[in-house]
Amino acid sequence: MSGAEYLLFILMLSIFLGFELINKVPATLHTPLMSGANAVSGITVVGAISLAGTGSETMAMWLGVGAVTLASINVVGGYLVTDRMLGFFKKKEG
Amino acid sequence: MSTELITQLGYVVASGLFIFGLKMLGSPATARRGNMFSALGMLVAIVAALLDQGIVDFTWIVAGMLVGGAIGAVAARAVAMTSMPEMVALFNGLGGAASLLVGWSALSPDSGTVTLVTIVLSILIGGVTLTGSLIAYGKLSEKIGSGAITFSGQQIVNSLVVIGILGGAVMFCLNPTDPNWLYMVIGLALLFGIMAVIPIGGADMPVVISLLNSYSGLAACAAGFAINNNALIVAGSLVGASGIILTQIMCKAMNRSLSNVLFSGFASVSNEETVVEGEIKPITADDAYYVLEAATNVAIIPGYGMAVAQAQHVVKELTELLEKNGCEVNFGIHPVAGRMPGHMNVLLAEADVPYDQLLEMDEINPRMETVDVAIVIGANDVVNPAAREVESSPIYGMPVINVADARTVFVLKRSMASGFAGIENPLFYKENTRMLFGDAKESIATLIREFS
Repeated sequence: MSGAEYLLFILMLSIFLGFELINKVPATLHTPLMSGANAVSGITVVGAISLAGTGSETMAMWLGVGAVTLASINVVGGYLVTDRMLGFFKKKEG
Repeated sequence: MSTELITQLGYVVASGLFIFGLKMLGSPATARRGNMFSALGMLVAIVAALLDQGIVDFTWIVAGMLVGGAIGAVAARAVAMTSMPEMVALFNGLGGAASLLVGWSALSPDSGTVTLVTIVLSILIGGVTLTGSLIAYGKLSEKIGSGAITFSGQQIVNSLVVIGILGGAVMFCLNPTDPNWLYMVIGLALLFGIMAVIPIGGADMPVVISLLNSYSGLAACAAGFAINNNALIVAGSLVGASGIILTQIMCKAMNRSLSNVLFSGFASVSNEETVVEGEIKPITADDAYYVLEAATNVAIIPGYGMAVAQAQHVVKELTELLEKNGCEVNFGIHPVAGRMPGHMNVLLAEADVPYDQLLEMDEINPRMETVDVAIVIGANDVVNPAAREVESSPIYGMPVINVADARTVFVLKRSMASGFAGIENPLFYKENTRMLFGDAKESIATLIREFS
């Protein structure tokens, strides 16, 4: 189940889904959308983890650890700042 | 169940949570929970990755996550909302760097050609995103000049860099054992990121960070192909789509094509003098107060100048006083009013303005004729009627907020200097426009004193 054509299939579906979903996000939330998307792009941490821990090659391990660190900044920082921003958005009382 | 299966199912759950979180971002009422779902998805994905049987040593992974997480948490707390664009640019760059490193470390002597191609893509997009974002960060935070940097022969140099990247990439895929080709691709990708962003001026940065946002997603996507990971592909393409849509919206709001933004500095626009008829009519804060007191419908049009003057809190106070006086107040927000998509909305939300009072350009324009007073604070180009009326104007065709349709327009302005784009604004000379000169924060504070 790991052929490139299978991955391409996933890619196509998720691009269409992405366009559909993001077109529905109102303009007022575009900044949180962007910082949230940024946090999601920190998903590379997942790839980095599996590469950093294989212990096969020293070089690959250190590159992986570097990637884990950078992507963690992205993930934690991105989600926290998005949450902070979304906390500001309030509906009018009454 | 095998660990492999659990890991894969974990990725499926994570992808589902990302999609669900994004869907909930469709309304301000559910957005915060949506963000939490997305974060939960990330947690699931990370745990699933840690379960991977191939991992023999967790020490450095955990160390890396702790260090990175701590830096991220501190940055997220400390950042001022006015600096959000810089922060997003910087985070984008880190995401790009991470993809570069993942691609690089996925390299092994027995990789097949398809894998090699995706590895090169991941390194390439990651590298361009890294340096491009760093330059964008420098320009936005004014650590380097925000103007467009152009020199003769720039196109030729850029073309050579692109050719070098392509050549190096092909040579590397043919001789994967020779690391020199790889180093060449990495070096040139980093150089290209710099070259691509320096000719773009500060006013166009919203487009650039949206575009780099989509690159960081595409880089994650390519890394997903390189290491055969579904979660990376799904998440990466969602981010890629989001960046592309925001880029389109920004370009449309400035009535420019993406290639026009990327390849021609705004500075090169001819400074043709438009002859503007009429005279400037100043107004004092006292007189402005009497007009506002009688108004029943007020629209406030903020620009980035309002944020620079730190006036959003006094504006909110004025809004409350006007409402107490029985007046309806709305904000009209142009897509490029801030320095990134939706920036102005966040700044006003931070000042406690409820989001249902923040109207988009297409919502406020049809109502403008019923507005008694339109107050323009620190905005210039986005309310410039030349975009509709003067065909020779460089911004002709750009959608603007039609404040001149309101009964009276107050423009709060420091002096008569022209806006970011250096374009004369006929609005200031209109029959129904009154100029309230001075620091925006001071002027509004004076109005507030009159009310109370």
